[in-house]
Amino acid sequence: MRPKWQARAALAMVGWLAALAMFFPILWMVLTSFKTEIAAVATPPVVFFKPTLENYRAVLERADYLAFARNSVAVSLGSTLLALALAIPAAYSMAFFPSRRTKDILLWMLSTKMLPAVGVLVPIYLLWRSLGLLDTIAGLIVMDSISVLPLVVWMLFSFFREVPPEILEASRMDGASQREEMTHILLPLCTPGIAATALLSMILCWNEAFWSLNLTTVRAATLTVFTASFSSPEGLFWAKLSAASTLAIAPILIFGWMSQRQLVRGLSFGAVK
Amino acid sequence: MATVELRNVRKRFGAHEVIHGVDLRIEDREFVAFVGPSGSGKSTLLRMIAGLESVSEGEVLIDGAAVQDVAPARRGLAMVFQSYALYPHMTVAENMSFALRLAGVPAEERNRKVLAAARTLGMELLLERKPRELSGGQLQRVALGRAMVRQPKAFLLDEPLSNLDASLQAQMRLELVRLHRELDTTMIYVTHDQVEAMTMANRIVVLNDGRVEQLGTPLELYQHPASIFVAGFIGAPRMNFLEVEVTSETDECLALAYSQGAVWKVRAPREPIDGGGRIKLGIRPEHVALDENGELRGEIDAVEHLGPRAYLHARLADGTPLVVQTGGDTGVREGDRLAFRLRTDAAHLFDGDGRALRRQ
Repeated sequence: MRPKWQARAALAMVGWLAALAMFFPILWMVLTSFKTEIAAVATPPVVFFKPTLENYRAVLERADYLAFARNSVAVSLGSTLLALALAIPAAYSMAFFPSRRTKDILLWMLSTKMLPAVGVLVPIYLLWRSLGLLDTIAGLIVMDSISVLPLVVWMLFSFFREVPPEILEASRMDGASQREEMTHILLPLCTPGIAATALLSMILCWNEAFWSLNLTTVRAATLTVFTASFSSPEGLFWAKLSAASTLAIAPILIFGWMSQRQLVRGLSFGAVK
Repeated sequence: MATVELRNVRKRFGAHEVIHGVDLRIEDREFVAFVGPSGSGKSTLLRMIAGLESVSEGEVLIDGAAVQDVAPARRGLAMVFQSYALYPHMTVAENMSFALRLAGVPAEERNRKVLAAARTLGMELLLERKPRELSGGQLQRVALGRAMVRQPKAFLLDEPLSNLDASLQAQMRLELVRLHRELDTTMIYVTHDQVEAMTMANRIVVLNDGRVEQLGTPLELYQHPASIFVAGFIGAPRMNFLEVEVTSETDECLALAYSQGAVWKVRAPREPIDGGGRIKLGIRPEHVALDENGELRGEIDAVEHLGPRAYLHARLADGTPLVVQTGGDTGVREGDRLAFRLRTDAAHLFDGDGRALRRQ
């Protein structure tokens, strides 16, 4: 039975409100980035103002945006690729050759995400220092891929589980080796799911701040470090901070917007059967 | 073309044994059906022949060579799955030629073989479609075609028709028999549906709880079931069973008494009855007739009209169900109280362990 129009209208309202609540801070940040510093801190807030690009000019003058952006791209791409390379075989084995402990392993992996990152900051920092990984792209890639790995394994596991095992058995009967089974059957079948997982992982790594701030300084610093650098020394400059933040999230926002169809398709993936 | 032989094959999952030592020889070009209820081990047995399931103990031989340690693809067998298991992202032609592609067969030869198989199955026009664009019957054909293209030594079919509707099932049964004749290849067919086994197979292997209960031609199983399990499993509606008491036993003759005062004299089994006393009498619905002077009385619970014949579902005075086959124009209705006569020369006797007592 279709819900009555009142119920549908109410649900739509809730949906719009939730979307607005999520979007409003971003909108406000973007607006603030075009205000003067005075207008940015004015109470009551100024809604109509003459936009200025002054903040962007100041931000770009002070720091080499492109260098940070390059690092962000390298780190989020690298971490995602590394995480996928590790997670695909792991999820394959757990989905198609489960043992009695598979569920425990999955839960244990997820439980590592319940530990606050700061809890392992000191050991990781010391480890990275002795390995010479501090302030290197490689070091951050390793760290970020470790931190997204549980999520990536979980997502791939659930996508792989959607693939009927008989299809893989059929390919085995047809003479496919384990590698061919993956490259010819499993991965093409799960492309939407893998793409969605990769996109999510990219976004998470792009926005990851804790490890970037703690493990990098200059050479490997990403855009989150770039943004953070505008928040401290000479007091708060809201408009400039907003401009820096807007610059930091713009690439991933555009990227996410372009790939949203792929993302939605992947997350509601189940078209195999 | 191949013989398939199983020697004392066992399968264990952990400490739990599901196949308890199966010995079996399937001849070249035979159409053999494995039947049994779910959990009888028929699919596991097939998967062990295919190589998809490891063999815990014993030997699997194809053309006399032990293959239990050989990878599935190297055994030269093709399998058709219940769910068809087509590759959803490939066209029909790609599905059918996948094995050849992996084997490095040149494109030209691949196309030729795919086309030949498609022709045999009457689906040349579907070759460029994706599986999701096909109906159940068409998917079934593609799955068969994919198996045929490889020109396997034997076909393994795991309940291939159970996802089709009844009329399509009947049509595909005939088609499979025709294919078997044309391809002239060994086929092993797993089904829980005894009708499929009876209508298609040269020989049937009845499995129960991981053991071979009986092996024989369809008619052998129907006419001479070796156990009460086979007697009940083969034939629809199933055989009626009455618990009877042996009141006297001579070399030629047994006197059997039933609770309602009915007494039958039947030819004695070849071997004396161990333990005597109570045994089971099995009688098929077509061997029970309506007869005013019959030994058994009961009330009709339901009447199933099938057109040319009808089945009367009766309940005897002690509650035992009895199914009777009559002509299609029977005037019997639910609630009627009637008498029945058994054709005891066609009756089967089973001892306390459910084993058939062969009569002279």
